[in-house]
Amino acid sequence: MLSDKDRIFTNLYGHDDWHLAGARKRGDWDNTKAILALGRETIIKTIIESGLRGRGGAGFSTGMKWSFMPKKEGPLPHYMVINGDESEPGTCKDREVMRHEPHKIVEGALLASFAIGAHTAYIYIRGEYYNEANHLQAAIDEAYEAGLIGKNACGSGWDFDFYIHRGAGAYICGEETAQLESLEGKKGMPRLKPPFPAGSGLYGCPTTINNVESISVTPTIMRRGAAWFAGIGRPNNTGPKLMALSGHIEKPCVFEEALGVPLKKIIEKHGGGVRGGWDNLLAVIPGGSTMPLLTKEVCETVLMDFDDLRKVGSGLGTAGIIVMDKSTDLIKAIARISAFYKHESCGQCSPCREGSGWVMRVMQRMVEGRAEIEEIDLLEKITGQIENATICAMGMSVAWPVQALIRNFRPMMEQRIHEYKANHGGATQVQVPAEFSVGAR
Amino acid sequence: MSDKLVIKQPEEFAFDAESEKQIEKILSKYPPKRKASAVIPLLYVVQDQMNRQTKSAWVPKVAMQVVAERLEIAPIRVYEIASFYTMFNLKPIGQYHLQVCTTTPCWLRGSDNVVAACMKATGIEKIGQTSNDGLFTLSEVECLGACANAPILQVDHDYYEDMNAASTEALIEALRRGERPKPGSQIGRLNSAPIDHQVSSNKPEAKSSSEGANNVK
Repeated sequence: MLSDKDRIFTNLYGHDDWHLAGARKRGDWDNTKAILALGRETIIKTIIESGLRGRGGAGFSTGMKWSFMPKKEGPLPHYMVINGDESEPGTCKDREVMRHEPHKIVEGALLASFAIGAHTAYIYIRGEYYNEANHLQAAIDEAYEAGLIGKNACGSGWDFDFYIHRGAGAYICGEETAQLESLEGKKGMPRLKPPFPAGSGLYGCPTTINNVESISVTPTIMRRGAAWFAGIGRPNNTGPKLMALSGHIEKPCVFEEALGVPLKKIIEKHGGGVRGGWDNLLAVIPGGSTMPLLTKEVCETVLMDFDDLRKVGSGLGTAGIIVMDKSTDLIKAIARISAFYKHESCGQCSPCREGSGWVMRVMQRMVEGRAEIEEIDLLEKITGQIENATICAMGMSVAWPVQALIRNFRPMMEQRIHEYKANHGGATQVQVPAEFSVGAR
Repeated sequence: MSDKLVIKQPEEFAFDAESEKQIEKILSKYPPKRKASAVIPLLYVVQDQMNRQTKSAWVPKVAMQVVAERLEIAPIRVYEIASFYTMFNLKPIGQYHLQVCTTTPCWLRGSDNVVAACMKATGIEKIGQTSNDGLFTLSEVECLGACANAPILQVDHDYYEDMNAASTEALIEALRRGERPKPGSQIGRLNSAPIDHQVSSNKPEAKSSSEGANNVK
């Protein structure tokens, strides 16, 4: 477990002053000039050595991402974009950073922008976080006022401007290239890659996009050293991480914990246990609604980090943990997630646009049991055709939750169908394509 | 969509002085040749001004044309943004916009009860409708990103957290009386801390109602 002295976000719950004075007391903005004086290469090297993996879901090395930017500024300016479009169901960690530790974002933005050669950074905050954006704006104003950012930031000779751009209610804008489109004043539709943003991003200029949490931990890493950060957690899964517990948990909360701690321990220590006790657990979604659910059996032993969750066929994602106890209608819970992705599909790629609606409709029938057994196979097959056939990862988001339900709880779905048939005379309800009919197999 | 087409649209729209002040600030954020970036912020300015002037936060079509002119882009570029992003209301709404999150984490903790309580307290029969007195519009929204404080009822810009049927009805009654209860947790939690406080923060000196609760180390 993470010891108190290793916490990065010491005002996570906002019991202390989030303004500049309070932030300084907690160690923010302490001789930032000296960190900048280390130079771009050293900052990037330190972040790579710390093993920091992106905190927004994909888990790519933050330092490596920075190193992809052109070493020298060409005719085009460089841009830093910070992703604060936190919208993945189950995820509510960046919100706490924005409203209670906003100076960590501002200082991190300065360091990261300097490291990639950008004089301008935008933070894209989801539109619903109105009050959170106000806190961050106040912190930005304070930093300008104190000479920490702006012309000759912290007396370093580096000019740095930092702006907030609010979104307006589109989940897809959390995808990095959709976010750039949105920042440019367009609909949030992901771009084909390549070109990657480091080559051609915002306004066609070299751009790096990082999650709020990734940016916010960089000042502390620079102060305490790569070895300190790398010494927490497990190899390749280093550092503390903000996580959230929601759903059927005794005490839902957001908290900071070392990577690599057993999920069961996290649920019991931070969340006070599953509602009704551990044996009342049905399933856990470990990293935001995209990530495949875990059965109780897997939850007994799995560690909460990138590699261990991947090993059991799921993922750390954003570390937004959704707990579901035995009272849950699990099919309905997943059907609601399907409805979410249908609502949020940007409509650009047909497999996702049409597929997400189709999956939602079939899942809604599965909730009632108004379906055929063969349709479970059909659902599995069609989701397989959606997941890798789209420009962005949304196809996976549509497919994975449903696939995990089928993989782990197929008998529950079959039973629901049998019950419906028993209650409605057992007649065939739905036509299923020939290749899936029982006779064809 | 069809009901959006038959609504009564105002004939004209012009930014007022307060809006102009905001616009100046907004435009300074983006490179002069990239004014189109300001389309979402300007639509917010429109919606806020409508709220100030008519107590209904929405974006009339004529205002979209004004935004297009100001940013020197084709009107369609503004229409498509206003219709793509769900936070822009394309028809008039009530004075208070009740937005209940019903995505899985909120649903697991009883968002159905919050929706039912909203309907009971306002007399609204269907999601998307406005109450007869014009005070409340009820919307179902997707994940609001505050899942550790589920279920959430967002009123305009403010999150009311850890809701249940009783607190929802009480909140709506208070709004009806013209009060604005304090946003945040409605069960006395400190933001997203665990209900008994202080499991994972290292600030033992913090003052809260749960002082003396067991610290899990």
